[in-house]
Amino acid sequence: MNKIIRINMNDLSTRIEDVPAAWAGLGGRGLTSTIVAAEVPPTCHALGPNNKLVFAPGLLTGTPAANSGRLSAGAKSPLTGTIKESNAGGTAAQMLARLGIKALIIEGIPAEDKWYSLHVSMDGVAIREESELVGKWNFAVIEAIEARLGKKTGILTIGPAGEMKMTAANISVKDPDSKIRSHGRGGLGAVMGSKKIKFISIDDQGAPKVPIADPEKFKTAARVFAKALMDHPVSGEGLPTYGTNVLVNILNEAGGLPTRNFTSGRFDGADKISGETMNETITARGGKVKHGCHAGCIIQCSQVYHDQQGKYVTSGFEYETIWGLGADCCIDNLDDIARADSLMDDIGIDSIETAVMFGVAMEAGILQWGDSREMLRILAEEIGRGTPLGRILGGGAGSVGKTYGVTRVPVVKNQGIPAYDPRSVKGIGITYATSTMGADHTAGYTIATNILNVGGYVDPLKKDGQVELSRNLQIATAAVDSTGMCIFIAFPALDIPECLPALIDMINARFGISLTGDDVTNLGKHILKVERQFNIEAGFSNIHDRLPEFFTTEKVAPHNAIWDFSGDEIDEFWNF
Amino acid sequence: MQVTVKLFATFRNGRFKVTSQELTEGTACRTIMLGLELTEEQIGVVLVNGRHAALDQGLHEGDTLALFPLVGGG
Repeated sequence: MNKIIRINMNDLSTRIEDVPAAWAGLGGRGLTSTIVAAEVPPTCHALGPNNKLVFAPGLLTGTPAANSGRLSAGAKSPLTGTIKESNAGGTAAQMLARLGIKALIIEGIPAEDKWYSLHVSMDGVAIREESELVGKWNFAVIEAIEARLGKKTGILTIGPAGEMKMTAANISVKDPDSKIRSHGRGGLGAVMGSKKIKFISIDDQGAPKVPIADPEKFKTAARVFAKALMDHPVSGEGLPTYGTNVLVNILNEAGGLPTRNFTSGRFDGADKISGETMNETITARGGKVKHGCHAGCIIQCSQVYHDQQGKYVTSGFEYETIWGLGADCCIDNLDDIARADSLMDDIGIDSIETAVMFGVAMEAGILQWGDSREMLRILAEEIGRGTPLGRILGGGAGSVGKTYGVTRVPVVKNQGIPAYDPRSVKGIGITYATSTMGADHTAGYTIATNILNVGGYVDPLKKDGQVELSRNLQIATAAVDSTGMCIFIAFPALDIPECLPALIDMINARFGISLTGDDVTNLGKHILKVERQFNIEAGFSNIHDRLPEFFTTEKVAPHNAIWDFSGDEIDEFWNF
Repeated sequence: MQVTVKLFATFRNGRFKVTSQELTEGTACRTIMLGLELTEEQIGVVLVNGRHAALDQGLHEGDTLALFPLVGGG
């Protein structure tokens, strides 16, 4: 039985509702964005009582479909002021799906200055006052909840960054090893903090299996789909061996690795922080080269990173984090970057926004280029404790840039630009400019076709074909983000003809429907338009679909590339 | 001519990270690939001086050739 559960923090009540017919075919991002667009006034304050925080598992989440365990979180973003969807792995999505919960909608703000937790189970949602864990960091929260409610409990939690409503705060999701995955981008942890919810615990005991209308058809399609994932060299070999960090070297070679706050496209220390070096280091120290963020993940791009003594430091150690604290901050010490990654999980702050922020902070002179010791201190003692400086830095790249008068601030719609220089990889610049989410590489990952020769090839240094490439990928991504699928299924989907039809067959078999490829494309288009309409009503226009000025005036080495798209050319993106 | 050859990811196994080769002017990327006992099917990305290149492209004095298997992330 599918249901929507509303949690009203104004009067501390909960209500179970039937799923409206219009929402029945939606999941993940499609559902969170539809609900936010329908129910949140676009001009509201993102941290005020009129914003809503929505969680939704994808259409295939909870089924045996490989890589389908992603959870979408949506709200109006306090960082960007736009609509936001951020998805993550971990164990929560599959538990919510088994409980028959299509969406949790959290509304309002409590009248009293107290903290609460939500407990989700077969009995619905219970709102409980919480005092013990308030002020605690995320790993301590997870440990305490497991001691209180059992090892298998699913957990969504905010750290001090979320409690203090920092606009770079994330929502942490417990993974199968009681470590952390994150709804990273857009400050959704601050929205959860504004609603005075420290954590959400999930108990799926007694929940039935997710029903499948045509089990035989599902099984056949699931097998074809899994085979495509295993057969493609990226999802079948590259990602499990080197993780996403395999990108450091190729972006560095291609001159698209933003270095020293986006002043160069190559970093001298790239090899020391590369996926190849990481693989050797992990192997030598007895860590794990591959690791999944949720049960049923067969790509296993995550890893477990140990220190020199062989002790656990971090997991889910991603390219964007390593790029940002590494090349962009001129730090070539992978151990220190790993320590920072763990601290950011513990504090509950987005590792992309914070890495971009540190590049701007170094340019501002708050700390020296390459000073990883000071970076670790600032994370723990300034941001973690919420000192005045920590709150400025916890507001992200835009916040520190504004406070310190820096003009080279790589953000779009106030969200930090990740890991790929838009001057030397022009397709991703179109995605950064036009995404409804602010600068977000995952929204339309043109790196695949600009750099990696996946899904064809479009020259990264020329303008030709970039708008169309970004448009097609953003439409497809919006649809994939609604299925609960990991976005890395896009690599085989772009190259192996059986992959996407198998995905659609699984959705059809799950629900007993008959979607076509065109239906899925139309769903992606519809989601983008719903999100854009919200943004327009929130005060955004095509003028905000632009990159920061410095990209148009400062050439970047080694190709002396410049951002040379006119406004009209960028605006072509929305012609669909 | 002197050319720098760089290998990445699994291509390094049993080979090298970076080396300098003395070759005849205009030697094609493909010749170097074959010399390393790599096949065209294994090649994901070919970069010459940081720009995508075809295997038939000829190399010149001082060029850097980088060979990658198909890799991805994000």
